[in-house]
Amino acid sequence: MNTARMRAAFAFALAASLCLPASVMASSTQGLDEVKQMILQMKQQYEERIKALEERVRVAEEKAESAEDTATRTETRVAEVEIEAPDSAPTSANSFNPAISFVLQGGAVSYDLDPDDFHFEGMPLGGEAGLHDEGLSLWEVEMTASANVDNLFYGQATLGIHKHDGEYEIDIEEAFLDTLSLPGGLGLRFGRFFSDIGYLNTHHTHAWDFADAPLVYQAFLGKQYRDDGVRATWVAPTEELLVEVGAEVFRGDTYPGGGNSGDFGDVKHGFIHIGGDVGDNSSWQLGISHMDVDVKERASSGHSHGHGDAEGPTFAGDSDLAAIDFVWKTDFPSGKKLILQGEFFVRDEDGQVIFSEDDDQALFNYDGKHEGWYLQGIFQFNQRWRAGIRYDRLDADNKLAMVDADLDGDAAALDEDEVFEESGFESSDHNPDRWTLMFDWTPSEFSRVRMQYARDNSREQSDDQFMIQYIMSLGAHGSHQY
Amino acid sequence: MKQFMRLLILSGILIPFSFANAQLKVFACVPEWAELTKILGGKHVKVYSATHARQDPHKVQARPSLIARLRSADLAVCTGAELEASWMSMVQRRARNRKVMPGRPGYFEATDYVRLLEKPKRLDRADGDIHAEGNPHIQLDPRRIKVVAAALAKRLKSIDPKNSNAYQQRWNSFDKRWRDSMARWKKKAKPLQGKKVVVYHREWIYLLDWLSIKRIGSLEPNPGVPPTPSHLAKLRTLQKPDMIIVSPLNNKKPAIWLRDKKGGRLVTLPQTVGAVAGTKDYFKLFDTIISRLLKAGN
Repeated sequence: MNTARMRAAFAFALAASLCLPASVMASSTQGLDEVKQMILQMKQQYEERIKALEERVRVAEEKAESAEDTATRTETRVAEVEIEAPDSAPTSANSFNPAISFVLQGGAVSYDLDPDDFHFEGMPLGGEAGLHDEGLSLWEVEMTASANVDNLFYGQATLGIHKHDGEYEIDIEEAFLDTLSLPGGLGLRFGRFFSDIGYLNTHHTHAWDFADAPLVYQAFLGKQYRDDGVRATWVAPTEELLVEVGAEVFRGDTYPGGGNSGDFGDVKHGFIHIGGDVGDNSSWQLGISHMDVDVKERASSGHSHGHGDAEGPTFAGDSDLAAIDFVWKTDFPSGKKLILQGEFFVRDEDGQVIFSEDDDQALFNYDGKHEGWYLQGIFQFNQRWRAGIRYDRLDADNKLAMVDADLDGDAAALDEDEVFEESGFESSDHNPDRWTLMFDWTPSEFSRVRMQYARDNSREQSDDQFMIQYIMSLGAHGSHQY
Repeated sequence: MKQFMRLLILSGILIPFSFANAQLKVFACVPEWAELTKILGGKHVKVYSATHARQDPHKVQARPSLIARLRSADLAVCTGAELEASWMSMVQRRARNRKVMPGRPGYFEATDYVRLLEKPKRLDRADGDIHAEGNPHIQLDPRRIKVVAAALAKRLKSIDPKNSNAYQQRWNSFDKRWRDSMARWKKKAKPLQGKKVVVYHREWIYLLDWLSIKRIGSLEPNPGVPPTPSHLAKLRTLQKPDMIIVSPLNNKKPAIWLRDKKGGRLVTLPQTVGAVAGTKDYFKLFDTIISRLLKAGN
């Protein structure tokens, strides 16, 4: 373009320099005018030529540009073919294997008081309730396998290997099936599973924020309530607010149930979950539960790690449990997180207790009103570090009345005061409570190490409890519930 | 009679309106697919995004509102390749909506349609939070977005056949506009070819691959693991990077440290639509990314 213009200018200058001397030499004005006109004509011609040249250059440039575009587009198209997924992925028989994961938990624990003597006055322990073994130990190995059975069912089984009285035992913690395709927001779960009472009960221990269960779980749920049963849930067709209504029926073999009679379910439970978001960063959930337990025969204190003799007191009667749980979670834009969580339980038990000592038995009426709650807050400083605080409290008010101090009928009646005290059903003025501090480190999604200190006033004397806990997950990346 | 007529006219106006308003409810796992669905669906879809641009999609909770949203969704659009593994399957099982279960037409995974990069040669958690199927952060590659968009348009047509023509038209116009934009972006980004960058998380690989930029290191020692002092010390032995790329979600301190030690320009790029101001739509997202890179790269 520049060269074209220069060339034109040069030609014009040459022509002008040739013509100018001639015009100077011309004597007549007419001749001068002619020359002038000639020059003008020439100028016009050159200008036209320059314009034409410029136009050609412009067209050429445009062509080049569009060629470049085409090239980019072709390149893009080639790339597109390259980036498309291959049609068939190779499959093999073991790609249908269920997702399998192991969770290992263990740690080191130190207590001031004897952990085997752990108890609450008026609320005898049952189920798996109790403290971790003192000293260094492996607490639990959990193995979970899960997969869709077919297009209708999802199945999950968790085998737990726990330490119990110094020995490891294998236990089917959970084994259940969920329906996947029922219409109208309905769902069924059947098999063995954790009841949806309260908030923490459905969470496996490795997902808890403290190394041990809240006192109210120890007292009312035997640490965690699970049983064989059926659950039906319905999720309302709302759009923003979750409303989930559910009902469960359990066999009633494990604490707080006991001694299934062969009927269809001795434990009936109804619950509702409501939850939603507040703003962009906060979410909450509220749960309300009512569980009605028909207890045929429930042994207690028989499981408090070595203390109970096999012939502990047995309770038969009604046990009603109501619970309200609330969780609030905020994810701050800075990456920090806050979790506030609380659960409040009320229990009403009414029935009879048989107390045995050596060969003698006594029968007494028992009417218990119990309350228990905890409140906890967890603060996550950054991706790895968290700290938490928890306060627990229990309250029992029992009325006991001797029916027959000589149930076995050998004329050797047991002493009433002694029976009430030793059965563990006698409540006292002492209300158990506990403060717990927690600090944990989560180097990756799959590992966590926790330090915990608790001042536990479950018994008359305070117990200082120190724990170091590790939680390690191997294998499949499970999905976590809220 | 007059009132009856009025009612009749009113219902005549309202009924077609309510039918026209029967939009397809779409649950998008991440903002980029929400945006893409809006582009392709227009007024025929009502889109909800489960995460916003300031959340890490790896770490979302299966929170109650997500269960409620999925409960009434007609279509769920997710990334797949395990990006949403820690929460989506739980939400799907709890929401009790069979339309959006895996394998059903109502569940769409973008990574089903494109080839993934960085498929790990060995699967070992010692290498961090790696994904067996490959790097799932495909949202910053216009070539792959186009392939995903084509598949998504097809899916919209198949689950909402009465608006099939509208989806086809929207796809056609998107396709044309996107091709033009791609050519424009590529041309504009030519000076970036061969530049060397250090990234924070390995979420930029598709963008870098598209623009022929070389990644010479990352601040995270392993994907999902925050920078450690020993790893940063290793980065000091690198050649000088032209740029250090972070997203608005990342901690800038390690990046600033590296810049001070090794030089290069620190550039914050939006990792998805809406992550920085002025990137609400997918076209503007790439305009912003390229202009920020050009500004930092010169």
